[in-house]
Amino acid sequence: MLEIRDLHASIQGKEVLKGIDLEVRAGEVHALMGPNGSGKSTLANVLVGREGYEVTKGEVLYQGENLLTLSVEERARAGIFLAFQYPIEIPGVSNGYFIRAAVNAQRSARGEDEIDAFDFLTIVKQKMADLGMKPELLDRSVNEGFSGGEKKRNEVLQMSLLEPTLALLDETDSGLDIDALKMVAAGVNALRSPERGFLIVTHYQRLLDYIVPDHTHVIVDGRIVKSGDRQLALELEERGYGWIQQQLEGGAA
Amino acid sequence: MSATDSLSSLARRRSGDLQGAGPPWLGAARARALELFTELGVPGTRDEAWRFTNLRDLDDLAFAPAGEGERDMDDAIARAHATAGAVGEGHRLVFIDGVFSAAASSVGGLPSGVTVDSVARVLERQPERVKALLGSTADQKRRAFTALNTALFEDGLFVEIRRGQQLSAPIHAVFVQSCGAAPTAVAPRNLISLQPDSQAVIVEHYVGCADCTALTAPVTEIRLERGARLHHVILQEQAETGYQLGEVAVYQEADSHFASHSLALGGRIARVDLTTVLTGEGAHAQLDGLYLGAGRQLLDHYTTIDHAVPHTTSDEHYKGVLGGRAHGVFHGRVIVRPDAQKIDARQSNRNLVLSDAARVNTKPQLEIYADDVKCSHGATIGRLDAEQLFYLRSRGIDADAARAMLTLAFANEIGARLPIDELGSYLTYQIRRWLPAVVEEKDR
Repeated sequence: MLEIRDLHASIQGKEVLKGIDLEVRAGEVHALMGPNGSGKSTLANVLVGREGYEVTKGEVLYQGENLLTLSVEERARAGIFLAFQYPIEIPGVSNGYFIRAAVNAQRSARGEDEIDAFDFLTIVKQKMADLGMKPELLDRSVNEGFSGGEKKRNEVLQMSLLEPTLALLDETDSGLDIDALKMVAAGVNALRSPERGFLIVTHYQRLLDYIVPDHTHVIVDGRIVKSGDRQLALELEERGYGWIQQQLEGGAA
Repeated sequence: MSATDSLSSLARRRSGDLQGAGPPWLGAARARALELFTELGVPGTRDEAWRFTNLRDLDDLAFAPAGEGERDMDDAIARAHATAGAVGEGHRLVFIDGVFSAAASSVGGLPSGVTVDSVARVLERQPERVKALLGSTADQKRRAFTALNTALFEDGLFVEIRRGQQLSAPIHAVFVQSCGAAPTAVAPRNLISLQPDSQAVIVEHYVGCADCTALTAPVTEIRLERGARLHHVILQEQAETGYQLGEVAVYQEADSHFASHSLALGGRIARVDLTTVLTGEGAHAQLDGLYLGAGRQLLDHYTTIDHAVPHTTSDEHYKGVLGGRAHGVFHGRVIVRPDAQKIDARQSNRNLVLSDAARVNTKPQLEIYADDVKCSHGATIGRLDAEQLFYLRSRGIDADAARAMLTLAFANEIGARLPIDELGSYLTYQIRRWLPAVVEEKDR
């Protein structure tokens, strides 16, 4: 469903992605790991069309179509969802109103009727309970005054209501205690299906104990330098990113 | 012909009728006011207080008295009726072309000690009650349009609430002009007096007509005696061919509470000069404002809060949203008199600009002559937050809808502080109707 070929991207003229090749097929969960500044978050942001990221070379095909010409909202309506590393606060817009507006925007883009307000409330309250979220977070302004953990759960809540085809999770585990991590992981696992693909960006492998990936990739300095299975993540945990860097240097020498 | 000449000549044409109709003291006051207006003249941009608000447009208009010649009363009454939902249940007083229309109004039963009436009717029966309030707070020596109003007014809202009476139902005064061929000018004079420990909620609602040019120059004089509490709303919905230049002058005694909500939604040029003088300890003024400009609108607020004595507080919070080629002006003057210690005065003016051609001038002016005071002020002019827009769009909400959602959230903060739920809903509804004009991509 997602094919990334020789993708180069810059932020303010500085090249951050230096030739990424990656394929995510339906039903697969991919973990993308790497040290800080390696470009893993950049890749997620390029895929959703965030401003300030310039693609200088390469292509991205999503369901066989060129993804990079689509607007931000078109990508979302085509089924791509990013769980933000730093969810944005929007004072004055209630969380419930926002999420329902998003669900309805996507439904009407698909030619479906808008969801009934009462039905929506029933569904969203159930999902919030599953994620261990307090019901009043629905009436508060979007992410405003939410704790770090509440913000991350709110991202997973949106994901579970929007039911994306390709879910990108950017450091969703950061700032979560172990109980929250389990709940968030359960929310993600509940969405795993043969039609859906996941790309999970993370610095630590901790999350991968609970969301077990089919493939693991290591990104260093804007390139994927090693790919493997679940074992690779465990190995990274044990030996650190220095081990990969030494291997690379050794190979070059 | 200049606007000063045109308006002076209008006032002179009307002066015979007006001076003949009222008591002699009023005739004399009108004659003095007309002289004063002619002397002061319509302010120009050289006047510091009018620097950004150019009234040259008015020079091209030959004003005729409203109500002269052909006019469509049915249409005016229909437009007045259409405003009923804005306030919901309450006492409705409709003024057509500045004159009370009993037929279009409905004032419910009032407790004893509460007068809710038209100035002209009170003037007929008990002129001394009008005399006691007229000119008691407004400053026509410095304000040309207030002088014009004194010379020209025929009617207005009269509210007097006796000691301890609390009027729970809001007073909804609707000012509507009939459609006529010539540009008209009306000058309602509203007189509001709350005696000690009384309470009221008053909404002045100005409604325009899209097909004609009109100037509305209202003056509202408000006296709040010890412990009185007033919510005062100005809902200005003139058409884009309308001009509104008004003054609100408030006198506050000890422990009185004045909450002002100035909502400027319409008008080609609209300005409110609002002054409150806090003359007794414990007095508090809360000044909220919202101005929404599109097209070529100019929306101006000039506010003055005068802390004349110690232990008085004020909290001013104005917000503006400007799109198209609209221009917002905010001037917030706060005076702390010598020896007026223990003052707490807060002021903020936040503006959201939605287009490159829209502009804002904001000026806090703090004149503090005492040392033990807490005064804060802040002014911002900004665009919609790019990160917030991206977040909404990343969930599939299109860019126009995302801009509308964020703009509404910005403006609604003022609506949430209104004293009447219906009015808050009405404001939200009107903002939603207005939003496409300023947020859609093609217009930016």
